[in-house]
Amino acid sequence: MNRIKAKLQEDKKLLSIYFTAGYPKLDDTVPIIQELERAGVDMIEIGLPFSDPLADGPTIQKSSTAALGNGMHTELLFEQLKDIRKTVSIPLILMGYFNPMLQYGVEAFCRRCFEIGIDGIIMPDLPLDVYKETYEAIYKKYNLINVFLITPQTSEERIRAIDNASDGFIYMVSSASTTGAKDGFGAEQQEYFQRIAKLNLKNPQIVGFGISNANTFQAATAKAKGAIIGSAFIKHLTQNGIGKIENFIKTIR
Amino acid sequence: MSYHANEKGYYGEFGGAFIPEMLYPNCEELRQNYIRIMSEPSFQEEFHQLLKDYVGRPTPLYFAERLSEKYQTKIYLKREDLCHTGAHKVNNTIGQILMAKKLGKNRIIAETGAGQHGVATATVCALMGIECVVYMGEIDIERQAPNVARMKMLGAEVRAAKSGSRTLKDATNEAIRDWINNPVNTHYIIGSVVGPHPYPDMVARFQSVISEEIKWQLQEKEGKENPNYVVACVGGGSNAAGAYYHYLDTPEVGIIAVEAAGKGVNSGESAATSALGKVGIIHGSKTLLMQTEDGQITEPYSISAGLDYPGVGPMHAHLYKSGRGEFISITDDEAMTAGLEMSQLEGIIPAIETSHAFAIFDYKKFEKDDVIVINLSGRGDKDLQTYIDYFRL
Ligand SMILES: Cc1ncc(COP(=O)(O)O)c(C=O)c1O
Repeated sequence: MNRIKAKLQEDKKLLSIYFTAGYPKLDDTVPIIQELERAGVDMIEIGLPFSDPLADGPTIQKSSTAALGNGMHTELLFEQLKDIRKTVSIPLILMGYFNPMLQYGVEAFCRRCFEIGIDGIIMPDLPLDVYKETYEAIYKKYNLINVFLITPQTSEERIRAIDNASDGFIYMVSSASTTGAKDGFGAEQQEYFQRIAKLNLKNPQIVGFGISNANTFQAATAKAKGAIIGSAFIKHLTQNGIGKIENFIKTIR
Repeated sequence: MSYHANEKGYYGEFGGAFIPEMLYPNCEELRQNYIRIMSEPSFQEEFHQLLKDYVGRPTPLYFAERLSEKYQTKIYLKREDLCHTGAHKVNNTIGQILMAKKLGKNRIIAETGAGQHGVATATVCALMGIECVVYMGEIDIERQAPNVARMKMLGAEVRAAKSGSRTLKDATNEAIRDWINNPVNTHYIIGSVVGPHPYPDMVARFQSVISEEIKWQLQEKEGKENPNYVVACVGGGSNAAGAYYHYLDTPEVGIIAVEAAGKGVNSGESAATSALGKVGIIHGSKTLLMQTEDGQITEPYSISAGLDYPGVGPMHAHLYKSGRGEFISITDDEAMTAGLEMSQLEGIIPAIETSHAFAIFDYKKFEKDDVIVINLSGRGDKDLQTYIDYFRL
């Protein structure tokens, strides 16, 4: 079974961590993954850096620019990851923007993911209809789970369509914002979390954007299956390098 | 075959809406409503009234006698430089501000490179009493100081885009991020025929007034609606889209698109997207764009800030790919020389963007009785300092 699906069946709230590949240093990718697994994280999103990350706030923008400056690129990331399954068993998801994937060739990209043992892909700017028409068959062929986003503005009708097209989990963007923008959830978010919970979707939801500490992690996972931390972890890496990853994870749960 | 957008916003293989889900409700609201709103008689009436009384339309179609004499062909100039604020950009901002009002939005954001679109947006926001935030690359803020001052005087807030290369592409990224953060009350007025569907089609429709006028004006002057060629400079492609619009599906009218070669197409400092671009996705649209092998968007260069964009609208990508349009790239030096020549032959100082369109005569020969319409997209006041520095005037 796909590792993401197996993980989602565990009876616990999941902590997923996002980081940008090639940051802080070009060769940090594999050690960061290994450290995160050792620290007890449940899932990892490996960010493929892009020159124009539209949906990201300043922290991830800066890490992406730095990673590209360090020399990160798609083929190199695949090279770095090629033996990753010899050392870790944690679910791995690639997250990025669609243009680099398109240039690599969608099928070639998916094949490499499959060979490496990547379990899923998040491409926020690959829209639902294009995915269904053109790429779903390729994702399926390589046993890759495609993760879609929903936001507080997404209509119920569209949430249902996304739920139908999903086969793993739904990435629930916490508020109308780019990554990293908020610290703390207000009444509006609580209402949104409850509204989504009541829809009884077939796919569990994992909340992302604006989760930075134990408080926001708990608030986000009160209803949802898990939560994703990105910008706050990247800030930690900026300040501490890759030496104290476990300390950071311990502050979350 | 039609060269207009289909209902999903595709021009051939180009276009569409490659947007993160955060932008979906905004774009979907626009998509579902733009054609309906634009065709309401009350909208049409207000739009055309403002174009007439406020913008100063119709703009003249002027027979450029001395230029024609020099190049031994019949050249007409479509005088978009005479629009209020000095360029065609205002046709689109008038249309979009009315659209924003119909959609109940009370805050406007825009991106700008040279500042022309920013000024045109700040202008219509002042006109309607609506809050306006314009994103502009930090570097462009420095090199386009007069337009920054104009926007401020018009009551707009100018926010510096400090990410990436700090020019137009990054200002666009920042505007999109603002929209993600303000999805309900804000309308994003994109300044060219770029971005996700329905923007390219909507902006082209607002700019189509240019070719609508050319048709009857040419009928009056030449006794025929169709020129042999329509020529326009292409940054994102909005003035060109407007000038071509009513001729797109008329194959006997030749379409000539002029891009900025910067220091030369192969110099590494260029903005000639058709020559250098590959199919990819920029700002939510599948189109031709300048990028690395790895799909990272690269930095364009042109002496004219308005042509300094690494992509091109999907309509133009399709015109290029299908062969319907002829694409010519013009260097900084060629454009500057043509701008000076134009000033001294016709007494019209063109924007440097537009100057590119006047530099095609070394690359394209016309028959003596060919009728050529060149879209004079903007006036050169904003570029005086660049002209002065270049020619040491
Ligand atoms: C006078 C003028 N012409 C042309 C352009 C290029 O834009 P577009 O290709 O959308 O017409 C600009 C942009 O700033 C401009 O100011």
